[in-house]
Amino acid sequence: MRKKTKIIGIFIVLPSIVAIAIFVYGFISWTFRVSTSDWNSFSKLARGMYRFVGFRNYERLFMDKRFITDLWNLLFFTLMFMFGSIALGLILALLVDKGVKGSRVFQTIFLYPMAVAFVVTGTVWGWIFNPGIIPDSPSGINLLMKGLGFESLMWKWYISTEHIGPFNLALIPVAIAAIWQMSGYVMALYLAGLRSIPQSIIEAAKVDGASSWKMFWKVKIPMLKPVTLSAMIILGHISLKVFDLIYAMTGSGPNNVTDMPAIYMFELTFRSNKYALGSAISILMLLAVAIVIVPYLVSAFKKE
Amino acid sequence: MSKKADIVITYILLVLFSVFFLTPIYVLLATSLKSFKEVSISAMWKLPSRPSFEGFVEAFNKLKMNLKNSFLMVIPATVISSFLGSINGYVFSKVKFKWSNLIFAIILFGMFIPYQSILFPLIRFLQSIKLYGTIPGLVITHVIYGIPITTLIFRNYYMEVPDELVEAANIDGAGFFKTYWKILLPISIPAFVVVVIWQFTSIWNEFLFAVTITNDPTKQPVTVALVNLAGSQVVQWNVQMAGAILTALPTLIVYIFLGKYFIRGLLAGSVKG
Repeated sequence: MRKKTKIIGIFIVLPSIVAIAIFVYGFISWTFRVSTSDWNSFSKLARGMYRFVGFRNYERLFMDKRFITDLWNLLFFTLMFMFGSIALGLILALLVDKGVKGSRVFQTIFLYPMAVAFVVTGTVWGWIFNPGIIPDSPSGINLLMKGLGFESLMWKWYISTEHIGPFNLALIPVAIAAIWQMSGYVMALYLAGLRSIPQSIIEAAKVDGASSWKMFWKVKIPMLKPVTLSAMIILGHISLKVFDLIYAMTGSGPNNVTDMPAIYMFELTFRSNKYALGSAISILMLLAVAIVIVPYLVSAFKKE
Repeated sequence: MSKKADIVITYILLVLFSVFFLTPIYVLLATSLKSFKEVSISAMWKLPSRPSFEGFVEAFNKLKMNLKNSFLMVIPATVISSFLGSINGYVFSKVKFKWSNLIFAIILFGMFIPYQSILFPLIRFLQSIKLYGTIPGLVITHVIYGIPITTLIFRNYYMEVPDELVEAANIDGAGFFKTYWKILLPISIPAFVVVVIWQFTSIWNEFLFAVTITNDPTKQPVTVALVNLAGSQVVQWNVQMAGAILTALPTLIVYIFLGKYFIRGLLAGSVKG
């Protein structure tokens, strides 16, 4: 490549590099700076005087009962969402991959939720899981259960305050909605993975007399390991940021049963002007995402 | 297990899962097509006795401004970020320079960050340049935070183009722009389709920027307006469900007609192209 071309190339990408440097890395530093200030009211912000308070905002968060609830909620939601989406996505991929007539139609049905906004998903599933008034005037799923004679199964769903230890059961319907949205995506990842398994390996296993069950566990599953890892990382980082779905479906819920760090951050920053505390939450969210993503990026680029 | 039994079981499972995936569509249609009189909680699973478009008319009247805002935001943002991604992808795949792979990885990280971590400074910045609360403010935001993914998709695409092709053009005396214009751009259509679909869908569906950067209800994108529709005093379920359909329709149409490219975009989003 000639030198002149190279210089032009650098000039062309420079604005993008500068934009990312400022809007991603610069702004993150700015947010971090806010998180170490005492800007927890509008008047303090308006005065614009920066006073460094160290990690006091972070300390306050970890002593805040609501934030601790959020962390537990996030953990349990992430576990349900990840395992649910991966299990369902894998099952769907194996079913579609059998190539029965009409497979493409089913594939289209399983993937369409990806095209829909999280706020739409939240609105619809919020209506489906809306408990209504139990037992006299149930709605949604409860109504269906009453009609089918399973009245004892009627439940308050996402406004239930039942919990097992720190696990709020109200998170289950939220996780179902999230799994509905994302498992088709996992299916697409697995389908791509299944189709890249060399036919020769499948044939060789067949010649060795492997049953379809054995084929699945001994050949396909090990070959799909990298896909599973990618799916876990992608779902995991989406889960850590979960916001729209919950905002549209349930909000924080009674006793914060469906509250999440992103929801709390939003309320602190935009409803009660506690910018420093809100920034501290967003920095913690960033750290959590970085722990998941950075090793992934490093390994992806080492290969090249 | 005989082959026939295997096929029957496969179909049963496929149909059962389809019921789960299609239930929301059923609820959306059954509720949104009911008249105000007929929409009651006790009948939510029943189909309307006579389809009525009252809900759609009212939802459209409430959301038409916001639908327009969404289009005014998504079209320029998609067009600009596609071209930006294309030229960036060209440099990062074919021109290359010292540290270019490392710089690309650092850029790429920007696509995974929780946007909460840049939100407060972003709003202050948009306020200072007088674009806070405006559609152009949202366009700029989406173009900038779209740089990582659009660059990634084009870079992966151009990596497949043989280097010799570009080298040969260079030897023939073609410079930077001529090589891009004559060699790469003409074969870029598939990548453009993928990027346009990806950006259109994700910008249309986006909520966090939309709800925090705009505060005037007449300037808000449709995702925000849909959520506000639910927050109004009396919940008219038929209007709300019709609103959800209107919000979802543009991206669903894209998916139904260009599904193949949509999937390619999804897979590109998992970094390895």
